[in-house]
Amino acid sequence: MSDSLPPFQLFLDSERDVVWRFLVASVGRSEADDCFQETFISALRAYPRLRVDSNLRAWVLTIAHRKALDAHRGRARRALPVAEPAAVEHATIEPHEHDGELWDAVGELPERQRSAVMLRFMADLPHREIAAAIGCSEDAARRSLHEGLAKLRKAVLA
Amino acid sequence: MSRAAAQAARRVAERAIEEGLVDVSYATVDSPFGNLLAASTDQGLVRLAFPEESVDTVLERLAARLSPRIMEAPTAPQPLLRELDEYFAGRRHEFELELDWSLIGPFGRKVLTVTSEIPYGGVLSYSEVAAEAGSPRGSRAAGNALGSNPIPIVIPCHRVLRTGGSLGGYGGGLDRKRFLLELEGALTPRLGAGR
Repeated sequence: MSDSLPPFQLFLDSERDVVWRFLVASVGRSEADDCFQETFISALRAYPRLRVDSNLRAWVLTIAHRKALDAHRGRARRALPVAEPAAVEHATIEPHEHDGELWDAVGELPERQRSAVMLRFMADLPHREIAAAIGCSEDAARRSLHEGLAKLRKAVLA
Repeated sequence: MSRAAAQAARRVAERAIEEGLVDVSYATVDSPFGNLLAASTDQGLVRLAFPEESVDTVLERLAARLSPRIMEAPTAPQPLLRELDEYFAGRRHEFELELDWSLIGPFGRKVLTVTSEIPYGGVLSYSEVAAEAGSPRGSRAAGNALGSNPIPIVIPCHRVLRTGGSLGGYGGGLDRKRFLLELEGALTPRLGAGR
């Protein structure tokens, strides 16, 4: 195991749920599937060049984060109207699928804050790996996480 | 949610195989021995594993030896399914499907080439195989090469017995070796090893 990468199928099987939740929260259910395909196809292309000791979850979430940004940009170009943030009743910070309103609140966060929050609570990544995944300093990742959480708290308690 | 993720993951695998991004694809194949795991490359069948072998371990070894770009295919290649079915039904005496020998080392290649030429219904001894492979005193080495045959059944290492006719060894277990030899008519049913 330690001297080679895991078979891609086993990697996909072990990371698919985290990536799926991340993408549903980032881009919504209807675009999650496309982003998921793009994420893992890109990952597969790059896979043989990956270092054996890489943190595979952080790596694939970095790719997913980028695909989500692409999807947001595409959506912005299409200039679809953005829904008003909905009132959120749940006070939990870790959203479940049926917590549509909380997902909306998560979706309303600025991109970096949203990714930081999700990487922390859905992928359980430490600050250092969140920073690597979204391409910023560890301090900036910490700040984004705290600002994002503060906004969510405000939204759910409002 | 995880069902949607599982479906999305299956679509990734199908698309990856279609786009030629996968170096090794695998699927399970039904057989009288249970589900065999069949792994193939562009070249052909590279590995056939018995049901008791851990899938993860088989795949990890393939990743280390060949490529980590390994994905599960919706089904095994049609020629493999057809030929194995026919073989186990007693209607096929020779496999014609393409094989990838890249898991087999130089000495193994000699030994298994000799082995693959043993006709259906025939047998050779370990020492005969060793001699034909150019290593007359190496029947133990030949036995090791046969024991690590990555494509059993199709490369018929079950056709190699001890001098005198006792079964010797088999990676898939002696019951299976006996089953295959009886299927091929090389061994009379029930008399077993010591005929």
